Amino acid sequence: MVFPKGKLIAIMGLSGCGKTTLLRHIGGALKPTKGCVKVGGQVVHELDQDGLYAMRRKMGMLFQFGALFTDMSVYDNVAFQMREHTDLPEEIIHDLVLMKLHAVGLRGTHHLMPSELSGGMARRVALARTVALDPMLIMYDEPFAGLDPISMTVVGDLIRSLNDALGATSIIVTHDIQESLKIVDYVYFMANGVIDAEGTPDEIRAADKEFVHQFVHGEMDGPVPFHYPGGEYRQDLDLKG
Amino acid sequence: MPAVKAIKGIGHRTVNAVWRIGVATRFFLLTLTHSGSGFRRFHLIVKELFSTGVMSLIIIIVAGLFVGMVLGLQGYETLKRYGSESALGSMVALSLVRELGPVVAALLFASRAGSAMTAEIGLMRATEQISAMEMMAVNPIARIVAPRFWAGVISMPLLAAMFSAVGVFGGYLVGVVQIGVDEGSFWSQMQAAVDFREDILNGVLKSFVFGIVVTVIALFEGYDAPPTAEGVSGATTRTVVTSSLAILMLDFVLTAIMFRGN
Repeated sequence: MVFPKGKLIAIMGLSGCGKTTLLRHIGGALKPTKGCVKVGGQVVHELDQDGLYAMRRKMGMLFQFGALFTDMSVYDNVAFQMREHTDLPEEIIHDLVLMKLHAVGLRGTHHLMPSELSGGMARRVALARTVALDPMLIMYDEPFAGLDPISMTVVGDLIRSLNDALGATSIIVTHDIQESLKIVDYVYFMANGVIDAEGTPDEIRAADKEFVHQFVHGEMDGPVPFHYPGGEYRQDLDLKG
Repeated sequence: MPAVKAIKGIGHRTVNAVWRIGVATRFFLLTLTHSGSGFRRFHLIVKELFSTGVMSLIIIIVAGLFVGMVLGLQGYETLKRYGSESALGSMVALSLVRELGPVVAALLFASRAGSAMTAEIGLMRATEQISAMEMMAVNPIARIVAPRFWAGVISMPLLAAMFSAVGVFGGYLVGVVQIGVDEGSFWSQMQAAVDFREDILNGVLKSFVFGIVVTVIALFEGYDAPPTAEGVSGATTRTVVTSSLAILMLDFVLTAIMFRGN
């Protein structure tokens, strides 16, 4: 897989096919048994702890349910990386935090705690925190999971606009095919740990490959069967004749 | 063969237990290694001191008062048989500063602050807050674990001292105010019997050791908890059970070392 600079790329596939594992490899949380992941020319698994942390400072990751720090306010969540990794004075951090929150439309929530936010708002605050240090690579793990249609559109638009504004590269792992096809530049379909199909959103929509067709159109049966493999039905029910 | 199966089960559990002790020891050493950054940001330790120490004060004070009052009553009944009621003050104080203060305060600390630490860190793990921190290139051991560890270690002796002080007051209320033991002999016998180095310092040392053990167990169980509701609840239970047993076993060992032959 290649993720060119400035592009927004989706990785899709069934649950358990290895999408999140791939993100963990890119972030250096896992080491590959074979092959390698290169970010900005550096082989991730060859980096030592300091090198890995230096690389992660150029990355951002939005977790499935935001993963906001529940003991900190919205403001402190967004300011977290600025305080940890920079020597910026508090006045400048204040302005930067409000600008990041303004970019996701939630400047007015800076005093709230994460428990006071709705699911969509928490995701947007997490997005502001993810881009706090203007990363070169942003990873999104199921950014649309559990959101209402309006929040889904808002988050989708923000992902696209932030990627373009920062000139970053973004990788989205998602099941939400319709929402993601609206915003991404390219799609990889994964199955059983390998790339099964790839292409632009238009190519994916027009694809005649059975698995992609079943996935895009949400069909119940196909290459991915409805029934989990098991014994003979009549035999399991102890029916004779 | 059931016997072979049983032996295999024992072997498996033993290997697992040894493995966990090894991982916990490595976790403890990592916590010590990363403590420097915690002390550089002392406000993090102060924040944790509030939630582990200050928030445990009520339970420590109430428990200390009642334990002291019971000691006053029981001690008076026993000493009266030998005509030594005037020694009530020294009996209450020695029982508290040597044993009950450090041990009961540590047991209460494990139940209140230890379980809270485990649940908090376990939930942080389950809600991916720890993974998020790692992805932000911030070491969770330095940022989350080390400040809580030092807050626990600092809080524990202070809470034990508070427990003993309130317990002595409870003994005074029952022995002197309620029963009528002579106030002068209550305090003077206590002053004569309690040695600063032998009794008070050894008690403080005990509570310091208990503070390290309880806090490490609580933090490790939380950090190592499976990221599920069942995993976090199991880890919380293990914190209380393991800490309590460790406190009681260590108390015997420390008492044997400190007071043997005295």
